[in-house]
Amino acid sequence: MTPMWYIVLAAVLFTIGAVGVLIRRNAIVLFMCIELMLNASNLALVTFSRINGGLDGQIMAFFAMVVAAAEVVIGLAIIMLIFRTRRSASVDDANLLKY
Amino acid sequence: MLSLLWLLIAIPLASGLLLLVLGRRADKWGPWLGVLAPSASFVMGLIAFFQLADRSDKVVEQNLYSFIPVGDLQVDFGVMFDPLSAVFVLLITGVGSLIHLYAVGYMADDEKRRAFFGYFNIFIAAMLLLVLGNNYVMLYLGWEGVGLASYLLIAFWYNRPAAATAGKKAFIMNRVGDVGLVLAIFLIFAKLGTVNYVQVFAGVGTLTSGTILVLGLLLLLGACGKSGQFPLQAWLPDAMEGPTPVSALIHAATMVTAGVYLIARSNPIFSANTTLQTVVVSVGALTLLLGCVIGAAKDDIKRVLAWSTVSQIGYMFLGVGLGGGAYALAIIHLLAHGFFKANMFLGAGSVMHGMQDQVDIRRFGSLSKYMRITWLTFMMGWLAIIGIPPLSGYFTKEPIIAAAFERGDWTSWLFGGAALLGAGLTAFYMTRLFVLTFHGAKRWTDGQHPHESPPIMTIPLILLALGSIVAGWLMSTSVLEWLEPVPLPGGEAHAPVMPHWLITTFGLVLSVLGALVAVALFRRGTALAPQPAGPVVTAARNNLYTDAFNEVVFEKPGSWLTRALVYVDSKGVDGLVNGLAALVGGGSGRLRRLQTGFVRSYALSMLAGGVLVLGALLAVRFG
Repeated sequence: MTPMWYIVLAAVLFTIGAVGVLIRRNAIVLFMCIELMLNASNLALVTFSRINGGLDGQIMAFFAMVVAAAEVVIGLAIIMLIFRTRRSASVDDANLLKY
Repeated sequence: MLSLLWLLIAIPLASGLLLLVLGRRADKWGPWLGVLAPSASFVMGLIAFFQLADRSDKVVEQNLYSFIPVGDLQVDFGVMFDPLSAVFVLLITGVGSLIHLYAVGYMADDEKRRAFFGYFNIFIAAMLLLVLGNNYVMLYLGWEGVGLASYLLIAFWYNRPAAATAGKKAFIMNRVGDVGLVLAIFLIFAKLGTVNYVQVFAGVGTLTSGTILVLGLLLLLGACGKSGQFPLQAWLPDAMEGPTPVSALIHAATMVTAGVYLIARSNPIFSANTTLQTVVVSVGALTLLLGCVIGAAKDDIKRVLAWSTVSQIGYMFLGVGLGGGAYALAIIHLLAHGFFKANMFLGAGSVMHGMQDQVDIRRFGSLSKYMRITWLTFMMGWLAIIGIPPLSGYFTKEPIIAAAFERGDWTSWLFGGAALLGAGLTAFYMTRLFVLTFHGAKRWTDGQHPHESPPIMTIPLILLALGSIVAGWLMSTSVLEWLEPVPLPGGEAHAPVMPHWLITTFGLVLSVLGALVAVALFRRGTALAPQPAGPVVTAARNNLYTDAFNEVVFEKPGSWLTRALVYVDSKGVDGLVNGLAALVGGGSGRLRRLQTGFVRSYALSMLAGGVLVLGALLAVRFG
C-alpha cells in the first residue's frame, strides 16, 4: 500500500470537514468539522514526512495537535457563552456583526 | 521737546488702548481721559512748534528704531517735524481737543461713550503718525489707522442698518484709493530704493517723465480716496451717519485733508510734471463744482455740510495742483476750513441736540431765537466759508481763486472760472442752509422744544468761531511765511489773465449775489416735501447720478462676476470634490452588503480564496 492512499484519505477527510463547515449550522458540529480538517492536515503532514523520510512533518503535526487542543478550550467556551445568551447553538443566530 | 516727538503719537494711542481695554470700569472718567490725551499732545505740539521756530533749519528728523530691516528695504520708524507737519499737528490736536470736549457733552447719554473716546484717541494718534512720519511707510501706517478709526466711528451706531452700510461703503471706497497709494509706494521703492521723504525727493530728478506721471496718478488716486474727491467722493456724505463729533473731526477738519497733505508733502513729485499738475487741478475744479451743485439740492443739514466739505477740499486740490506758491495757499485754506467747518458741524450737532436729532432743514426755522450761541457761532462759520472779509475764508479762498487765474494759458479761464463759479454757488447753498435753519417761520414737527446746548458744547463752538474769525488774517500773513520752505520752485509764475483786484471783486460780488439769491428764495421758508423739479435739480438730488454710475459700472458687473465665480465654485470645484466623495461613498455602501454576518459565507469565501491561491500555485508550477 503506497502512502498515496493516505493522502487521498486526508483529502477526503478535509473535504468532508470543509463541506460540513459550509452547510451545517450547529456550532458544535461546525467545531467538529474544523477538527476534522485539522486532523486531515495532520494526516497529510505525517504522510509527507514518511514519504520524504524526515521528521519535519511529524513535528509539525504535534504542533498542530497542541494548537488544536488550545483552540478547543477557547472555542467551546465561546460556544457555551453564545448558547447561554441566545439559547441556541446555531451560528446563524450570532449574526450581529455585519453591515 | 523736539527729541520727544514720539510722545505726541504715543499719548493718545496709549489712552485710546487703555479706554478700549479697561471696559466698563472706565465708564465714569473715560471721556475725560479721552479729552486729556489730545490736549496733552496739543500742549506738547505747541511747545515743539515754538522750539522749531527758533531753529534756523526749521526741520527735525529723528529715527526711533528700525521698523522693517529686510535686505534692500530699510524702513525706519522715524518722525519728521517741519513747518508742514507742525501746522497739521496743531490743527489735529487743537481742533481735535475742542471736538473731544464737545463730544463729552454730545455723547453724554450714549452707553458706549467710553469706546467712542477710545476710537477717537486712536484716530488722533493715527493722524499724528500720518503727518509726523518721515517716510511713506509711516504715512501709510497712519493712513490705514485713520481709515480704520473712520470705519469704526461711522458705523459706531452699528445697530442702525444705514450706519453699518455707510461704514462699509467708506471702508471699501477707501480701499480703492489705498491700492493706489500702496502701488505708488511700491513704485517709489522699486525705482529709488528708499521710501524716506528726503531721499525720495532728492531722487525725483533721476526718474523719467512717464514714471513720474504714473507715480503721481497713483498718489492722486490714494489722495482722492481719502479726501472724497472725484471719482471716489461718494463715501464722504454717507459717512454722516456717524455721530456728529465724528463728522466734525474726521470727515471735515482732519482725516479728509490727508489727501491734501499727501500731495503737498509729495510736491517735488507733482511739480516735476505739468500734465500731472493739470490732472490734479482738474480733479479739484470738477469736484468743487460737483460738491456745490449737489450741496445746493440736499435737505439734510449734515449732508449739505458734507458736500460742502467735498467742495472745499476741491479748492485745496486746486491749490496743490497749481504748484509753486499755491501749495501754501491750499494748506492755509485747509487750516481755515478745519476751523470753520468743525465749527459748523458742531453747530449742526447742537441744533440736532436741541431738535431731537432732526436733520431735515425744511423742519427747522426760526431757531436763532432759541439757540443764540449756536446761531452766532454758526453765522461766523457761514460768513467764513462764503468768503466775506474779514473772516478766514476770504483770506484763504480768494488767493486760490486768484492763483487759478495765473496758469498763463486758456486753462486759466477754465479753472479760474470754475473756482469763481464755485464761490458763488457756495454762497448760495450755505446761505440756504443758514436761512432755513435759523430764520423764517417755524416749520417744526410736533412736540419740539428747541433749547440751547449745555456749556460743555457751546464753549468749543465759541472757541472755534473765534478761530474762524481771526484765523484768516493770521493764516494769510504769518502762517504763509512760516510755510515758506514747503513750496518748491514749481512752474514759473505767470501774470494773471486779469488784474488781481478784478478777481477779488468778482469773487466778492458773486458770493454776495449767491447769498442774496438764497435769502430772497428761502426767507419765507420752503415746502415741507420735495417739489417736482427740473432735470438739473433732480440730478443733483440724486448726487448727479454718481452713485448710480458706480452701481451700474462697478457694482453690478462685480456682483455678476461674483455670482459667476460662485457658480463655477459650487458646480465645478465643489462638484468634482463632492462627486468623488459620492462615488467612493456609494461604492462602499454597496460593497458593505458583502458583510452578511453569516459565518458560513465567510468560510466559503476563505475556502474559495484558498482554492484560488492553490490553483494559481499549481498553474504556475505545472502550467
